[in-house]
Amino acid sequence: MSAEIKNLIPDAALFRPNADEVKRLREKAQFIRLETIRLIEIAKVGHYSSVFSAAEIFAALYYDVMNIRQREPDWPRRDRFLMGKGHAAVGLFPILAEYGYIAKETLDNYTRLGNPLGDHPDMRKVPGIDFSSGSIGHALSAGVGMALGNRMSEIDANVFVMLGDGEMQEGQVWEAAISAAHHKLSRLVAIVDRNGYQLDGSVDDVMGIEPLADKWRAFGWETHEIDGHDLVELTATLRWAQSNTTRARPICIIARTLKGKGVGFMESEPGWHLGYLHPSDAERAVEEIKSKVI
Amino acid sequence: MQTPQSPESWQYRALNSRTPGLRHFSNALIDLVEEGHPIVAGSADLQYSNGLNGFAERYPDRYIQFGISEQNMVSAAAGLATTGQMPFVATFASFLGLLCCEQIRMDVAYCDLPVRLIGHHTGISLGFYGTSHHATEDIATMRSIANLTVVSPADGPQFASALKASVDWPQPIYFRIGRGSEPDVYEAGTPFTFGKAIEHLQGDELTIIACGMAVHPAAEAAHALNAEGRSVGLIDMPTLKPIDREAIVAAAARSRLIVTVEEHNTIGGLGSAVAEVLADKGSPARLVRHGIKDEFSLIAPPTHLYAHYKLDSKGIASIARDALV
Repeated sequence: MSAEIKNLIPDAALFRPNADEVKRLREKAQFIRLETIRLIEIAKVGHYSSVFSAAEIFAALYYDVMNIRQREPDWPRRDRFLMGKGHAAVGLFPILAEYGYIAKETLDNYTRLGNPLGDHPDMRKVPGIDFSSGSIGHALSAGVGMALGNRMSEIDANVFVMLGDGEMQEGQVWEAAISAAHHKLSRLVAIVDRNGYQLDGSVDDVMGIEPLADKWRAFGWETHEIDGHDLVELTATLRWAQSNTTRARPICIIARTLKGKGVGFMESEPGWHLGYLHPSDAERAVEEIKSKVI
Repeated sequence: MQTPQSPESWQYRALNSRTPGLRHFSNALIDLVEEGHPIVAGSADLQYSNGLNGFAERYPDRYIQFGISEQNMVSAAAGLATTGQMPFVATFASFLGLLCCEQIRMDVAYCDLPVRLIGHHTGISLGFYGTSHHATEDIATMRSIANLTVVSPADGPQFASALKASVDWPQPIYFRIGRGSEPDVYEAGTPFTFGKAIEHLQGDELTIIACGMAVHPAAEAAHALNAEGRSVGLIDMPTLKPIDREAIVAAAARSRLIVTVEEHNTIGGLGSAVAEVLADKGSPARLVRHGIKDEFSLIAPPTHLYAHYKLDSKGIASIARDALV
């Protein structure tokens, strides 16, 4: 945890989590990383490092920020969560199991024939998945529709959409961004997991997207850049976004993260976007995750 | 300020008064709202072309302007449907059935949400606007997407009835409609049943199976041939998926010669759907698939194109006569 929070926006300071809350969320982020390694061992291939960059975001949203109910995944007034980067769903499934949305044995048969849990999330097969994804670039549009629908139904709930930074290259994202600002979808929150890498290399090399914050601001979004692994800053900002009902614009949080965060050899090798860890290496990764404070 | 004096002069905002077939769209949705259905209409900068301006004026809070962002509109409609709303979103069929194909597949059909997609000005009905605005592939693309119902109404009244029936249809629907200038085949209020063909005439020698704008000229052609002493039947097949297999099998058993007529490529559309049924059943009936023969249409006013491609009554009659030889 950083002692000094340089990027915390003034309003979010009111929402700082206390030390106990941060400790709990840190344990949840660790749980998400460990479960990801366990589940990918079943499938023998998966997106480790895409989950690891987003583990603190998952933890803060599901274990602190979002207004959701245990065992009631379809509660109409819930906050919703969509994943543009659907390939990180393996990090979300263990959370849904903890919420009682999916059975433990279902989780333990991840990707086996007929199991509802695959590499990408499926809203028709998995309770607690608010929207299916897998084709990059659609999720923010679906979130726009949910925010519009909630407003028509007078449901004051938030719609959180996690987007990959490579996803910024999809044109539909910007169609959605224009429409969210135009329709003043103030309960829509985009979270960009700015981990810097996509399949073919660094986002800067493949197709640069900077200045990213300026782009979102120019598209009419209230935009903040934060450290996506700092649970104080992240949680405070997300709590502020969740509770601020007076704003007029959608919010974009650019979470600067490290692809593969928590496992040293993944942090230095972007190829771990997709891969498999032999049990001997998985053991090393598990040890490192257990021993390190992020 | 100078204003146009002639009643013949017109501008875009008056377009809808010139396309009576499309006026049914807004009116049917307004009726559905008044019956208490959670209807939401959306358009992508074409509200005067598809007539949704009428709905927008009546229920501005239930109308969403998406601008020229068709893909965003389709995915957002799927999101809207997850909140209990019933979205009807419209744009030119060339954009909806082709540009938005993947959004329809992933967000609407795969998620199996009750979104109603309305592709208007389909086929070659945009005449000299050219290939970018023609849609002679949309039945083929939409028909091959699982969970999706595909409907091609013959006229405005049938479209209105189908829209009203759609509130009880749980699956997503792609409606393929014309430009609203087609003559009516049906009386207003004629009931519509998804998946059911409508038999207009029975024929012992030949049965024409048509959909969409082709139904009206096909009916004229059938009557002309029957007046010449032939025995020609006519079936309107508004639901392309799920298709009415029984109606096709019965027609093939009776007349042994089927001519399909559609404002679509002869690959992948109504003719192909009928061919699939006949093949599945091992039917010995002969099939002539009439439509656009795997080519991009010429440029011309729509009526000139219909004559050129033999999609007017005279052309359809000549195709049927050739088949009967």
